Amino acid sequence: MRLTCPLCGARDRREFTYYGAEDYLNRPAPDAPPQAWDDYLHNRDNPAGVTRDLWYHDMGCSSWLLVTRNTVTHEILAVEAVADRKGGAA
Amino acid sequence: MRLAGKGLIDRGQPVTFTFDGSTYQGFRGDTLASALLANDVRLVGRSFKYHRPRGILTAGSEEPNAMVEILEGNQQTPNVRATVQEVFDGLAARSQNRFPSLKFDLLGINDRLSPFLSAGFYYKTFMWPRPFWEKLYEPLIRRAAGLGSLSRQHDEAQYEKAWAFCDVLVIGSGPAGLMAALTAARAGADVILAEEEARMGGRLVSDNLRVDGQPGVDWVEGTLAELRALPNVRLMTRTTVTGAYDDGTFGALERVGLHCGPAPHLPRECFWRIVAGQSVLAAGALERPLAFPDNDRPGIMLASAVRSYLHRYGVVPGHRIALIANNDAARATARDLMAAGVKVAAILDTRPDASVVEDCPVYVNAQITGTAGRLGLTSITFRHAGGSATLEVDTLAMSGGWNPTLHLTCHMNGRPLWREDIAAFVPAPDAVPRLTPAGACNGTFSTAGAFREGQDAARRALAALGRSAPDLALPQAEDAPYALAAYWETPGVEGRQWLDFANDVTTKDVKLSAQENFRSVEHMKRYTTQGMAPDQGKNSNVGALAVLADATGRGIPQTGTTTFRPPYVPTSIAAMGAGGRGAGFAPQRFLTSDQASRDRGAPMIEAGLWYRPSYFPKPGETTWLEACNRETRMLRDSVGVADVSTLGKIDIQGRDAARFLDLVYTNTFSTLPVGRVRYGLMLREDGHVLDDGTSARLGEHHFLMTTTTAAAGLVMRHLDFVHQAFCAGWDVRFTSVTESWAQFAVAGPKARDLLATLLGEMPDLPFMGVADVTLGKVRARLFRISFSGEHGYEIAIPTRFGEALFRDLVARAEILGGGPYGMEALNVLRIEKGFITHAEIHGRTTAFDIGMERMVSAKKDCIGKAAAARPGMTGPERDQLVGLKATSPMGAGAHLFTPGDRVHRETDQGYVTSVCYSPTLDAHLALAFLRNGRARHGETIRVVDHLRKIDILAEVTDPVFHDKEGVKLRA
Repeated sequence: MRLTCPLCGARDRREFTYYGAEDYLNRPAPDAPPQAWDDYLHNRDNPAGVTRDLWYHDMGCSSWLLVTRNTVTHEILAVEAVADRKGGAA
Repeated sequence: MRLAGKGLIDRGQPVTFTFDGSTYQGFRGDTLASALLANDVRLVGRSFKYHRPRGILTAGSEEPNAMVEILEGNQQTPNVRATVQEVFDGLAARSQNRFPSLKFDLLGINDRLSPFLSAGFYYKTFMWPRPFWEKLYEPLIRRAAGLGSLSRQHDEAQYEKAWAFCDVLVIGSGPAGLMAALTAARAGADVILAEEEARMGGRLVSDNLRVDGQPGVDWVEGTLAELRALPNVRLMTRTTVTGAYDDGTFGALERVGLHCGPAPHLPRECFWRIVAGQSVLAAGALERPLAFPDNDRPGIMLASAVRSYLHRYGVVPGHRIALIANNDAARATARDLMAAGVKVAAILDTRPDASVVEDCPVYVNAQITGTAGRLGLTSITFRHAGGSATLEVDTLAMSGGWNPTLHLTCHMNGRPLWREDIAAFVPAPDAVPRLTPAGACNGTFSTAGAFREGQDAARRALAALGRSAPDLALPQAEDAPYALAAYWETPGVEGRQWLDFANDVTTKDVKLSAQENFRSVEHMKRYTTQGMAPDQGKNSNVGALAVLADATGRGIPQTGTTTFRPPYVPTSIAAMGAGGRGAGFAPQRFLTSDQASRDRGAPMIEAGLWYRPSYFPKPGETTWLEACNRETRMLRDSVGVADVSTLGKIDIQGRDAARFLDLVYTNTFSTLPVGRVRYGLMLREDGHVLDDGTSARLGEHHFLMTTTTAAAGLVMRHLDFVHQAFCAGWDVRFTSVTESWAQFAVAGPKARDLLATLLGEMPDLPFMGVADVTLGKVRARLFRISFSGEHGYEIAIPTRFGEALFRDLVARAEILGGGPYGMEALNVLRIEKGFITHAEIHGRTTAFDIGMERMVSAKKDCIGKAAAARPGMTGPERDQLVGLKATSPMGAGAHLFTPGDRVHRETDQGYVTSVCYSPTLDAHLALAFLRNGRARHGETIRVVDHLRKIDILAEVTDPVFHDKEGVKLRA
């Protein structure tokens, strides 16, 4: 498996550390109800098909990456830097 | 027998080798198989289950029979295929799976017992009595069955692994592969051409073929000369592509030193990972054996192998040869042999309507009904259109048609398609992204067809790469149609007809499987072990499938096929894990004081990847505990020096640095004055403790964070995530400076005196203060912090001065009656003081559990704050940090029970995390988590450790045993 890091180019997956689903980016407000925090922390879809998840380029530029990929075909559809995503940064 | 003037071996380079202790001659360019056949050695092994005498079936890596052990010093490599191993001077090979000798094997009795040893017999026969399986049956069966044996020594040989990148990877160098490589190379693409064998050319160097009117070999050499001269082409021989993986990544195994014997610095094998933009699979095809009674005798070979031995090695495997085939192409075998002056007894053609026009007798509608010859073929008996006959022959060449070598196209879930006209599976289109099959592996068997498809595949690859293909004329070559009539086994005869030679599976076994309702191909495979040997069914799967299809009344496409998985050939773990033995297993991190500590005889202890001194023994001390007790007292009484550089150090700068620390720490750092240090607690987003440590404010917008040794990488990742995910716009940047600074703890009542002698003038530093100091001309940092509970400092200096400073500090300490201390004493000191490590913050504890819930600021948000407030994360039902005090040793991992309670899971009250003997208090101490523990100080609790046979009573106390008020710290 290879990921194309926006900063470093196409690299082998051994350079990256997997974290989890994109959901980790959507942090609830501090006073959100417990159910919102449970969803954020624990509840995940397990799609057969397109999924978006987080990878850390720790053997490269230290960028956190949002990877869109297909769990069935293993196709990598898009890789973007978490810091650069639209509407993401506070 | 070797023929004069034939073959591509180097007759100028004779070599001597041994097989089963006998010495033989061969030539450079021979495989062990060709050299043995040249010496008329036909019997080379015994079969897996029945111990049947076996010879050489093939001339390639798919060989199921001729597996030998290669001996090299104290090394012994089993299951080496004689058809792959090249001979060199001094090569020593040994047959396997026989006792006492190859010609007389005691377990040959299994063959007579075969009626009782059919498929599934293990499961049926050895069912009862049950305990006998493990103790008696299985050891016996394992001894009797099996292939080679191991030396039971470590493999000390060298292996390598490597990466390669290219635009176009071409797998196989027959006509299709060479044409693809040439086309891509002329277009300027970066090309890797990988060939499994020692010599490029595929069937062009193994058959009597002509290309553009010249011998195929000459065309190959001319093409290779051009490719070699191009800077954008890499030719890799002896390299088998073993697997196809995601995104154009391939695994490949190169035999680097296996063909020339051991030499210094010469690896045996190299495991490659090749990343290719596009790839062309030109892996060719494998000829199929035919099933007929006793078709496994030495001397019965594949027709294509007979031609390979003839043309490539100048060897004929016998003196009187017959051919049986179900296709036209195999007849070249008989014609080539006759042209070389070898006697061909007859051609048997299984097809009723086949031509009989040859220079030798031809029998049509022929079916072999039996063969004879205990250790090698002596005769065959067959029926044919005109009756039946027996022929005295010592070699039988057979051809059941060809199976495209499509294995790699199945490695990413591709399911091959059945083509009735060639009675074979072919690759599904686009089974592997960016890979195009060409030539025989695609079901196109003529030489001209291979050239054409090779070029087309390269054009397709070049187009995808955005390159224009060169105008390249296709070479002229034979373009004969592939005429074949499917034929799998001799019908209506007694006797065993072998399918899988390597695992001793017969057509009867497959039919029995179907009869017992193991009708799915995957069930049949497991019931019979068909295709589960080192050749993974390369020779036999399709034949077995045909027999199963017939037995179950289905067609072959409906029966399906088993899944081909990587690796394509047996691959040594040593090659895949090259460099990973011994010190290569994990990186080693050494402190700047490492040598100074070792000079003092300190044993090293691993802390993550770091090596830290355990203790510093003095003359007369016989145990680690004596040294540890002395070092602990030394620090409490005078002064000790320890290297604490392994702690993670992260330099944090920017206008929003303080604001950022407020977000990642539970407590507030924006209020910390410059020049001061604060202890901080960090949570995971789920509310559990991630890490702790001190952070110093070096400037208005400049902090230095300290992490625990264990969590340094984790914290860095966490900071990067929080920043990039939640506040990417903030002006804050981090960099790890762990290895930029050496840092030493100087602690004890005389710590200030020691530093005063070093620094000349001691800065007036309050507890939890930091100041820049100068050592000679070197800028250093002095922190007044303590992990021992004593008046203490940590001094940090650029790494290159670390060793000098450590030696200097230790010398000064010794003058004051102190000295260095190691990890053991460091651990005792922190337990006495109730300081936590990752033994306590192990991932399941909250700030509440460790008694730090007041450190979670109510005035601001922080990572983990909301989740830490969820129900169940606080309260009396939690296991809370306590101290335990006892008169005898406790063990970390021991569980706690209320005295009088039964000891079982339901009454469990908590567990012990850290233990020590405290020389300061002359007591055994522990840190533990106890249910509602903070309300239970003063209680007596039962400590049970079944592993260490500990069952004692201890007193529950506050976790801080020593100097609870912190008087010494602030002195």
